[in-house]
Amino acid sequence: MPLNYLARRLLNSALLLFGASVLTFLLVDLAPGEFFDEMRVNPRISTSTIASLRSEYGLNLPMPVRYWRWLRSVAKGDGGFSFAYDSPAAPILWRRAQNTLLLTVPATLLAWLIAIPFGVWSAAKSARWPDALAAITISTLLAIPELILALLLLVFAVRTRLFPAGGAVSLDFSGMPLWSKSEDLARHLFLPVLCLAAGLLPLLLSHVRASMKEVLGSPFIGAAAAHGISQRRLLFRHALPAAANPLISLFGFSLGILLSSSLIVEGVFGWPGLGQLLIESILQRDFYLAVDAVVLAAGFLICGNLLADVLLYWADPRIRAT
Amino acid sequence: MALPRQSKYALAVLVLSHGMVLFAGFFSPYDPAVQNRELPFAPPVRIHFFDSQNRLHIRPFVYRLVASAASYAHYEEDRSRLYPLRFFVAGGRLLGVDNPAKIFLIGTDAYGRDQFSRFLYGGRISLLAGLCATAVSLGLGIILGAVAGFYGRWLDELIMRTAEIFLVLPSLYLLFAVRAVLPLHIAPSGVFLLLMAVIGAVGWARPARLIRGVILSAKERDFVLAARGFGASDLYLLRRHILPQASSVVLSQAAVLIPAYILAEVILSFFGLGVAEPSASWGNLLASLRQYNVLESYWWMLLPALALIPVFLAYNTVLSYYKCYSAGPARQTEFDKVL
Repeated sequence: MPLNYLARRLLNSALLLFGASVLTFLLVDLAPGEFFDEMRVNPRISTSTIASLRSEYGLNLPMPVRYWRWLRSVAKGDGGFSFAYDSPAAPILWRRAQNTLLLTVPATLLAWLIAIPFGVWSAAKSARWPDALAAITISTLLAIPELILALLLLVFAVRTRLFPAGGAVSLDFSGMPLWSKSEDLARHLFLPVLCLAAGLLPLLLSHVRASMKEVLGSPFIGAAAAHGISQRRLLFRHALPAAANPLISLFGFSLGILLSSSLIVEGVFGWPGLGQLLIESILQRDFYLAVDAVVLAAGFLICGNLLADVLLYWADPRIRAT
Repeated sequence: MALPRQSKYALAVLVLSHGMVLFAGFFSPYDPAVQNRELPFAPPVRIHFFDSQNRLHIRPFVYRLVASAASYAHYEEDRSRLYPLRFFVAGGRLLGVDNPAKIFLIGTDAYGRDQFSRFLYGGRISLLAGLCATAVSLGLGIILGAVAGFYGRWLDELIMRTAEIFLVLPSLYLLFAVRAVLPLHIAPSGVFLLLMAVIGAVGWARPARLIRGVILSAKERDFVLAARGFGASDLYLLRRHILPQASSVVLSQAAVLIPAYILAEVILSFFGLGVAEPSASWGNLLASLRQYNVLESYWWMLLPALALIPVFLAYNTVLSYYKCYSAGPARQTEFDKVL
């Protein structure tokens, strides 16, 4: 029954997402204060106005009822209501999520494109200089937190003026022709993506290296080498697929890490992404927007894990057999 | 036990940094909260050996900084008088110079507060934060992991499913969401411990999972079954026979979590959701870098950030050594070779 494994994973993911939404709702609901608190201080707004506003937005309802209403709103595609933006949350959220994906997807690709060849190469040259180079790269990058790396890159941008200092587009973006638009975007993307990729690289590199070393030590590689198979074919056709399983799981895991570091990088570079939206909405007590941002991030992570499961299913016949 | 060279350096860095932070009152030249409003953004002090006539002085000295009348936060050295460096000065401090000269080793912030003193005092909060949060995380992880692993059945299901939900939220998103539970402006003194409890509570899931795994196998060991056969109580079994087997997992998790939680405090405070002014913390010191003019004009404000890198490097080195060491002698030599 081939579909069973995937169906199980899908069901599990849906349940997890549901659980995550309940947990987030509970956590944010526990927070003291709400969006209308500032109006209370304002003497020109009467208490009855605030009371009617609260009942209009359903803030005086008990928690389970509000959760149920939020769930219905999500099903309708609104995702609750943002008090600060005075509009349904979904369009705001979607724009920000796109920006975050614009950062994280190239960063993931970049990090993996460096990690796989470099990791394979350093594993093949075990205990020689490429190996030592990989070890140094890993421990150096691991010791520099994304926050500090981002600040350093930003200082670099500000001092040399080679790259724009934060933001997603230049001020005159809307008036540009298409070509300069994409160039402008790329210039703004470069440093944040570099920072994210550098933050992810040590994790990927160390796993690729460790898992390749393990496979290269096994007897079948020796046998293949004895048959006179070329080094490159040996590494990439024979060893890498055998080493791939933990790496595919790592791929899903890396998406979650990337979302967290993206929150930092967005904050430092002023990139209008999901992480910044979360910080803003927490500061403004914009309840539903905060819940949505967290749940959406969890959704991305779950999708990443699911994608890894599908890839694993496709790559490994042993899993298909179960 | 002979330690490899790198771990010795790492341990030395850790001992030095923690020692300086612990004895911040001795090593820092000034009170971290004292403002020098006439010296905002003063650059790091220059320590001279040669005076303006090019004569060598055995005791190094500094000049007094005077704000230039022309523009904000530009200073000139007043060369008319030398202020020699003094050691073991009044107030039980290691280093100082006579007033009105100041010894700002890594400059001052917008209020003219000594960044070096703030860095050391701030380290108290940040390092303590890391330790407290780790204790909370591991405490919760041990209790919940032990209960789940030892009693099994529905408790196990419940705890592990909840752990899965905690793990599926990206860690920083979860941290910020939980941070939202606390009031926005926390009184600086003492209440920051609450923040640490939050950081710690967020991270219980991973240690709990690992500890549960160890306990599942540990409770089936023969000597545990024998002790149970002799009528040992559950609590006794857990305390005496089962939890000690999880100690290496707990230790390696601690080595992972402490730097991670130090960083969590730095990140929260950087975004203005952590320790509040006027208390210093490492995250607080970096928060001023969110302003572009600071980034552009006052490079020394970055120094605290750079000073954090060796600390994290040392933690990572100790961790990877510990991992190799606990995995057996074969991995130990591998560690010696690789690093």
